[in-house]
Amino acid sequence: MAYFLQQLINGLTLGSIYGLIAIGYTMVYGIIGMINFAHGEIYMIGAFISIIAFLVLGLAGVTYVPLALAVVLLTTMVFTSIYGWTVEGVAYRPLRGSFRLAPLISAIGMSIFLQNYVQIFQGARVKPMPPLVQGGFTILESGGFAVRLSYLQLFIILLTFMLMAGFTTLIAATPLGRAQRACEQDMRMASLLGIDVDRVISLTFVMGAALAAVAGLMVTLYYGVVDFFIGFLAGIKAFTAAVLGGIGSLPGAMLGGILIGLIEAFWSGYFSVEYKDVSVFVVLILVLVLRPTGLLGRPDVEKV
Amino acid sequence: MTAASGLAVDQAARPPVLWASLLKDALLAALVAALLALPLVGLQTYDIGGGALGIRTHFDWVAIGAAAVFAGRLVLRLSLQLRGFRGISRETPLSHLATWASRQTLPITLAGIAFAVALPLLPFSSRYVIDLGTTVLIYVMLGWGLNVVVGLAGLLDLGYVAFYAVGAYTFGLLAHDLDFTFWEALPFSGLVAASFGIILGFPVLRLRGDYLAIVTLGFGEIIRIVLLNWAPVTGGPNGIGGIPRPSFFGLPFARSAPEGVATFHQFFGLEFSPDHRVIFLYFVILGMALVTNLFTLRIRRLPLGRAWEALREDEVACRALGINPTNVKLSAFAIGAMFGGLAGCFFATRQGFISPESFTFIESATILAIVVLGGMGSQMGVVLAAILLVTLPEFGRAFAEFRMLIFGAAMVAVMVWRPRGLISHREPTLRLGAAPAGDAGQ
Repeated sequence: MAYFLQQLINGLTLGSIYGLIAIGYTMVYGIIGMINFAHGEIYMIGAFISIIAFLVLGLAGVTYVPLALAVVLLTTMVFTSIYGWTVEGVAYRPLRGSFRLAPLISAIGMSIFLQNYVQIFQGARVKPMPPLVQGGFTILESGGFAVRLSYLQLFIILLTFMLMAGFTTLIAATPLGRAQRACEQDMRMASLLGIDVDRVISLTFVMGAALAAVAGLMVTLYYGVVDFFIGFLAGIKAFTAAVLGGIGSLPGAMLGGILIGLIEAFWSGYFSVEYKDVSVFVVLILVLVLRPTGLLGRPDVEKV
Repeated sequence: MTAASGLAVDQAARPPVLWASLLKDALLAALVAALLALPLVGLQTYDIGGGALGIRTHFDWVAIGAAAVFAGRLVLRLSLQLRGFRGISRETPLSHLATWASRQTLPITLAGIAFAVALPLLPFSSRYVIDLGTTVLIYVMLGWGLNVVVGLAGLLDLGYVAFYAVGAYTFGLLAHDLDFTFWEALPFSGLVAASFGIILGFPVLRLRGDYLAIVTLGFGEIIRIVLLNWAPVTGGPNGIGGIPRPSFFGLPFARSAPEGVATFHQFFGLEFSPDHRVIFLYFVILGMALVTNLFTLRIRRLPLGRAWEALREDEVACRALGINPTNVKLSAFAIGAMFGGLAGCFFATRQGFISPESFTFIESATILAIVVLGGMGSQMGVVLAAILLVTLPEFGRAFAEFRMLIFGAAMVAVMVWRPRGLISHREPTLRLGAAPAGDAGQ
């Protein structure tokens, strides 16, 4: 029971991170119907920028942890958003109206490019990050096994829920959110009614990148290591989360993220660590075959 | 009309270059580039020992990058403005080349094959050149195999390397446990890989294009992880070693053979040379690649090949015309997988050693890049792209380091500028009546 609870906490933490990345996939898919294959790389770049920002702050002599966290959070979100914006402008915008697989191939190219860009300029070695937030609560102790919820896990879960709440409000109650929902329903009609569709799409990428940046920061703090290749697996897992929750649906992405996090935690806790990545791929294939619309998605009608 | 007034008219016809807006645009681009480069290029992390990181600054690189983007953007916009008023022409030198190449298919093909056959005899040829040629041909064969799936049937397969791995491991295990030789194992490699193609394809081919791409990618990773962790059978990360080399109709390539068996050089009365085997391997893969190509060219003329191309263009219309999309796609998947498996079998015998490291996603991406850069569906484009991508890193360390970076950028650039590939020129396979005058190459 205690072990189960511990895996539950670990899974929730991991799931929050996947959920934040999954939102980027699901929003982009909802509006322009493409899989932004480079999104995992945006998350990896977020992780790198956060580690660099921490180092710079350390050199500048900032030692108060909450201040450092807040500053790094903001800088990471800003710089990573610029990456998201640029990737969209360079690799996807010129392809609107091209044949169906063109944006996906372009996205794969972008993903390879970004991975190697970071590898060349930051090195291929794993980047360590000393633990910044330590300590935690002991929730339960039974049979010599203590269930712990660290402050960091609490921080990750709370921050995710705050971001989700803010984000849902943004989509539901602001002019930008309204424009996004309009574009999702019918892009051509939205543009006829005076919505700058290109701008809305750009901002969607910016928002997705900002959330991925937060996920990157969290993973830097949580695992304490970052390398140029982390975006690949995390991207696929987050994509699986988006598909599981129903692609195009925001609550679905969060739900899917948490489910994937739980599946991964319980699989490594009870079965085998070696095959934990296989578990996610199997879930992806099963969902796509058995319930392609996902848990909360709408059926996708193919128009001729 | 005087010459001077003629000149004036000329200038009036061309609108003035809007320098202010051009400069503003280029400055903005340079600013964005500087912001992008600032954290990741300008601040470089490095190990200072004891698990800690230090930071080096490289702001000069950031400045150089921003200046390059400024200049590039300015030139690009300027050339677009100067040219733009004549309408953006589809006729570029590359498309002329593609049109010319498509009219001269036969001579170019024959010349290419003649060159490939004669390569080991040419004066500049050496063991190194032939080795390189063998690698190029492996990628050509993989590219042609993937072209069946991506180029003809329009199914984006991101896990093609899985079939390559299945073929290689099939031979590795057959040789290891049952003492199969290369030629005995070759058909099994193809068959097993094709079966894997069907097993994977059956549940997922109902999916839409981009979902299919991600699922195949997942499949490729599953195969790799299983190969890595199922140590009792696959040897895990250590792989399988001691895979036998191919023989020439039963004549092994060795300095000395066991009792009762003549070696290649003894049988033909030649001086022993290790180069014989290298040259033989080269001809084996050349033959395999040409068979792949011939097969693809012929099957395009059969109803099955026609169905693939029709399905690529419009699935709904195909269904309305009574084509069963699942069967047609499945056949493309299986045939593509079979060629991947055959190439894998050859790879295993050439290396003599296989491990999961040879079958990562990067390998899939490289093969896909070859198909995409060459022009999806174009057989000749695959050859050119394979030569380019394989030989580029040989020109030096700098190229090797930047190879994947250039790949990625080139994939994006090709999609933006020439989505049908660098030298692709698509002729409809069938025409009704007389050929129309317009250019069909889009």
